[in-house]
Amino acid sequence: MTSLVVAEHDNSELKGATLNTVAAAKAISGDVHVLVAGENCDGVAEAASKVDGVAKVLVAQSGEYANAIAENLAPLVVKLAGDYSHVLAPADTFGKNLMPRVAAMLDVQQISDITAVESDDTFERPIYAGNAIATVQSSDAVKVITVRTTGFDAVAAEGGSGAVEAVDAAGDAGLTSYVGSEISKSERPELTAARVVISGGRGMQNGENFAMLEKVADKIGAAVGASRAAVDAGFVPNDYQVGQTGKIVAPELYIAVGISGAIQHLAGMKDSKVIVAINKDEEAPIFQVADYGIVGDLFTLVPELEEELDKVL
Amino acid sequence: MKVLVPVKRVIDYNVKIRVKADQTGVETANVKMSMNPFDEISVEEAVRMKEAGTASEVIAVSIGSQQSQETIRTALAMGADRGILVQTDEEVEPLAVAKILKVLVERESPDLVIAGKQAIDDDSNQTGQMLAALLGWSQATFASEIELGDGSAQVTREIDGGLETIKVSLPAIVTVDLRLNEPRYASLPNIMKAKKKPIDTLTPDEVGVDISPRLATLKVVDPPKREAGVKVETVAELVDKLTNEAKVIGT
Repeated sequence: MTSLVVAEHDNSELKGATLNTVAAAKAISGDVHVLVAGENCDGVAEAASKVDGVAKVLVAQSGEYANAIAENLAPLVVKLAGDYSHVLAPADTFGKNLMPRVAAMLDVQQISDITAVESDDTFERPIYAGNAIATVQSSDAVKVITVRTTGFDAVAAEGGSGAVEAVDAAGDAGLTSYVGSEISKSERPELTAARVVISGGRGMQNGENFAMLEKVADKIGAAVGASRAAVDAGFVPNDYQVGQTGKIVAPELYIAVGISGAIQHLAGMKDSKVIVAINKDEEAPIFQVADYGIVGDLFTLVPELEEELDKVL
Repeated sequence: MKVLVPVKRVIDYNVKIRVKADQTGVETANVKMSMNPFDEISVEEAVRMKEAGTASEVIAVSIGSQQSQETIRTALAMGADRGILVQTDEEVEPLAVAKILKVLVERESPDLVIAGKQAIDDDSNQTGQMLAALLGWSQATFASEIELGDGSAQVTREIDGGLETIKVSLPAIVTVDLRLNEPRYASLPNIMKAKKKPIDTLTPDEVGVDISPRLATLKVVDPPKREAGVKVETVAELVDKLTNEAKVIGT
């Protein structure tokens, strides 16, 4: 038995979610191989070969893989899948877009968003926005899996010495072309990879006030997130959104500011190690999951937090 | 241009779900059911295309129990023209749903299928992509904007780092995300009118699709419970606890 992890990357950098996915693959019997499909992505392949626990890296380089178009990637993964017992990718927008296409082509019922490996054919996955946990057993010959990255601690990016092997491209499906993207630029860590996340909700009142959170974030190396209410109100762009319909995060410290704690939001952050809630409504549901809560006006408390942090850092 | 919209009947998003005591699943008896919220967005988008004159007909399809008729009626009240119900009391996995939809797509020949990106019950996020694979069509998932062109569509997708725009050739499958539109509430006259719109009923056998499950659900349990912590009075106390008790700051 061997597992194949489809690497997420942007042709220059291996994305962190790949390391969590390799961790899930390591919990399954057998070796772990990684597929790097892209264009001019030798650096990514080299990085993947150094990942702890990776025995082999398959590299397919061709123009049709430059932008992770599922219609082009899926036939390549399907062509390789015959040699593998499990095919895995992160359950982020990259993997969610690609893997069901792979699964259907293989006539396999995919297992989405696994949070634990119980055995080689049995996995845990959250359903109903994380309000229930299902244990499912697959009877398919190949298991096609997406991995919830917060369910598995990332493996080390260094220490492995996998062999790198080139594989042939599978051709351009000619269905879909890439037009462009607007990727948010930020000096702060990515939401899903940050050790600390500070998020604002509707209580922030407007987008300008998020500057207060950014100041705190920059002091403690945090990423800035938001609730769906704040995103829907137009305070910040959608890629800030933490929650069932946004990003799932599990940092060491999560600071919820002016967030009431709708189920939708809790589903995206309740696995954080330590949760802090700042809210003026002492009945807010966020306090039911917070380790430390403080009731009061965020417009006085957040600047105070910034000052107090100065004293200890 | 014909548009086909799959709709799923799920536990209403406002209901706090209960896990069954025997761990076989989630209690659905006597629980309020509604159309999957992402599917409402797909219906809305299709109806807007019809209102704009770009779509000629909107067909709402559901796979599920007889009560899924109600979900189709909701789509009809929002402005869809007719419905198809593939009736079964069995739980149908995304792969089998995609296979059924493929047969219906081949019968109806739509140029566009607009589906919700995921259903809020099993949270699979698979059906649209699987249908695209089975048909060999292009796919545009997590759409926040759809611009129809001649034989193609330009779709803006919500991806992790921001937004991505792709051009798909038609026919295509689009799965929708939250910010695509705000679905309307059906008016009373439209709800009355929807009662007269036709719904065809078929069975999975008639469609010729084997819906036997590939995954066995061994158990369904409550998630680990998180206990409420303490309230602190001052920010200084908070920072002290984060530094010295939880040790998540200044380490």
